[in-house]
Amino acid sequence: MLDKVDVLIIGSGASGAAVAWSLADTKMRILCLEQGDWVKPTDYPTNGRNWEARLFSDFAINPNRRARETDYPINDANSPVKVVNFNGVGGSTIMYTAHYPRLHPSDFRVKTLDGVAEDWPVDYQTLEPYFAENDRMMGVAGLAGDPAYPLHHPPMPPLPLGKSGQRFGKALNSLGWHWWPSDSAIATVEYDGRAPCINLGHCTPGCAQGAKASTDITYWPAAIRAGVELRTRARVREITTDETGMATGAIYYDAEGQEHFQPAEMVIVACNGVGTPRLLLNSVSGRFPNGIANSSGLVGKNLMFHPFALTYGYVDEPLDGNHGPPLNLWSQEFYETDRSRGFVRGYTLQLHRGTGSIVEAITSTAAGRLPWGEDHHKVYRSLLNRRLAMSTITEDLPEEHNRVTLDPVLKDSNGIPAPKIDYTIGENTRKMMEHGIARSKEILTAAGATGFGVEAPIMNGGWHLMGTARMGTDPERSVVNEWGRSHDVKNLFIVDGSIWVTSGGVNPTSTIQALALYIADNIKQRLANATLFD
Amino acid sequence: MTNETLTDAETRDLRALAGVMIPASITYGVPGADDPLIFDEILRNLERDTADTRTALRHLAELSGGAFADLAPDRRAEVSARFKQEGGAPLFSLNRVVLLCYYRDDRVMRSLGQEPRPPFPKGHVVEQGDWSLLDPVRQRAPMWRRA
Ligand SMILES: Cc1cc2nc3c(=O)[nH]c(=O)nc-3n(C[C@H](O)[C@H](O)[C@H](O)COP(=O)(O)OP(=O)(O)OC[C@H]3O[C@@H](n4cnc5c(N)ncnc54)[C@H](O)[C@@H]3O)c2cc1C
Repeated sequence: MLDKVDVLIIGSGASGAAVAWSLADTKMRILCLEQGDWVKPTDYPTNGRNWEARLFSDFAINPNRRARETDYPINDANSPVKVVNFNGVGGSTIMYTAHYPRLHPSDFRVKTLDGVAEDWPVDYQTLEPYFAENDRMMGVAGLAGDPAYPLHHPPMPPLPLGKSGQRFGKALNSLGWHWWPSDSAIATVEYDGRAPCINLGHCTPGCAQGAKASTDITYWPAAIRAGVELRTRARVREITTDETGMATGAIYYDAEGQEHFQPAEMVIVACNGVGTPRLLLNSVSGRFPNGIANSSGLVGKNLMFHPFALTYGYVDEPLDGNHGPPLNLWSQEFYETDRSRGFVRGYTLQLHRGTGSIVEAITSTAAGRLPWGEDHHKVYRSLLNRRLAMSTITEDLPEEHNRVTLDPVLKDSNGIPAPKIDYTIGENTRKMMEHGIARSKEILTAAGATGFGVEAPIMNGGWHLMGTARMGTDPERSVVNEWGRSHDVKNLFIVDGSIWVTSGGVNPTSTIQALALYIADNIKQRLANATLFD
Repeated sequence: MTNETLTDAETRDLRALAGVMIPASITYGVPGADDPLIFDEILRNLERDTADTRTALRHLAELSGGAFADLAPDRRAEVSARFKQEGGAPLFSLNRVVLLCYYRDDRVMRSLGQEPRPPFPKGHVVEQGDWSLLDPVRQRAPMWRRA
């Protein structure tokens, strides 16, 4: 049997890395099990001429397409939005675009303010110091003074506006609507040993320059220096418990398929909004026949995605194409509730730069814009580098029928049952998408674009995975308490996006990590006064 | 992903089809997707799309009543127009491989005014732009709801 550790963290992504780093100063023996590998900067697509092509092979965002040995399959047939992720050290931050907004104060109080869903058991003010600490650790570029947010000070200057940014800025000004340079987890100057962004323009499938803050190059080096052990190619099958209902550790498979039992005093799950419910539901015992931590029956339920609507058009002069980080501005004009719009809650408009030459060709073919034959070249030249695009990030309200369960047939390469997604887009979200598309067209028109295209929802847009083990004070209506501990198992914690109560309408990673740091602090305080497992 | 390779007949049809999709152009000084270098690249990159490509090519052969590559130009145009309508997801996968090999060929990239190189390590320059555009937004009152 392996030596017992004090803290076993499962998953090394955005939240697992943050919690590992924060707990390291306790000097406890901390181990993180991660099913994937380290990714070397030299492996990233932008090192080679086939950089765009690899988006469709070993760096595809959809794990079913990517199908690396370290991925697990997902049955997404019953969902219009497909789950995308990355499995490796850094988790999905290896593949994220690093658009890095925080939730707003109102997002934590949706029931009180708007009469829908539930309030969170924490608020913006409580998380504020953790947001700031996380911004410092990840390295965030941005500009203080955004009227859409309480004042905060990103540690680095914002990403360049570029040609498309200026077009958008002028267009939004002419409409009198809000816009602001995004908080981005991308180094714009030398930062903590990381080189600044050189506008490789292909941030999503990994940054060869190391300017994008994936946790393998932010939290992990610091955590490892502080004594945390990170064991890769360790795929956890189940969390084990004893006769008193406490977690005892986890059973995992190594790269050779050998089974191991890793004992631990406490277990922290950080496998994301799909991987976490999958693991909990797979952790079945006499005491927990429906999966561990599931007395509420809510594990896997209330899956929220933020359905995205992409709206784009073309202008009559070349812009920056794919040069520069793809996302650099947001508009929060339609974020807060205005019932006259026909829906509650709201959305962010995320303003894009253009695409690379291959992605332009492929998406324009899919949209029926790019002909075969003689005309192909002429039409293509009228599209390349002329695309102006934006996406609507809608707030997705929790609905129990949107869920992750275990697929009865599909399994990963270790024979562990795979997750199955059942998801439909709610009425409120649909109305919000339509509103966002209409506003996007107004903005694009003001920016001089024509020839609109829409993809709604973006099919491979299940990048934000939330709600499937939500937090709350009532054990019958939530899976973990207000500081991330399972109501049922007093030495089991969850720190990833599954604990979200509602989704807000912004990319979630900044808030996921702030929450992980907040939970780590709660663990430390309760360790200090010996109340952690009470 | 797969060791499957295309048969000679499938390879000939694929090449003929690639030439229909993106023909060489004197106007723009570019090769077609059936150019030997580009087509070799297409064959090497079928990977995850091999099965779909074969399905699409079987469909194409059915529509052609035999080898698509052997059809006269008029008939090729007719068949490929119908195939484009009916080919569905397998054809989309095939088309994607053609595009992702075509639009990284040096000659094609140069004709588009793009440097044929990987983005790293040289990177690109993006202008800062005019930050005074933000002035009207800076003057707005806070928009977030206190909660
Ligand atoms: C293409 C793409 C673009 C995105 N863009 C943005 C963006 O611009 N802004 C933003 O805020 N967010 C973005 N996201 C989302 C962001 O990546 C996630 O919100 C964030 O990484 C979630 O953190 P997490 O800790 O919950 O899970 P993850 O970061 O996904 O980490 C989970 C880890 O757990 C591991 N794991 C899972 N199951 C097991 C098991 N059984 N055993 C061992 N290990 C396991 C996985 O391998 C993985 O490494 C994007 C995501 C993708 C895929």
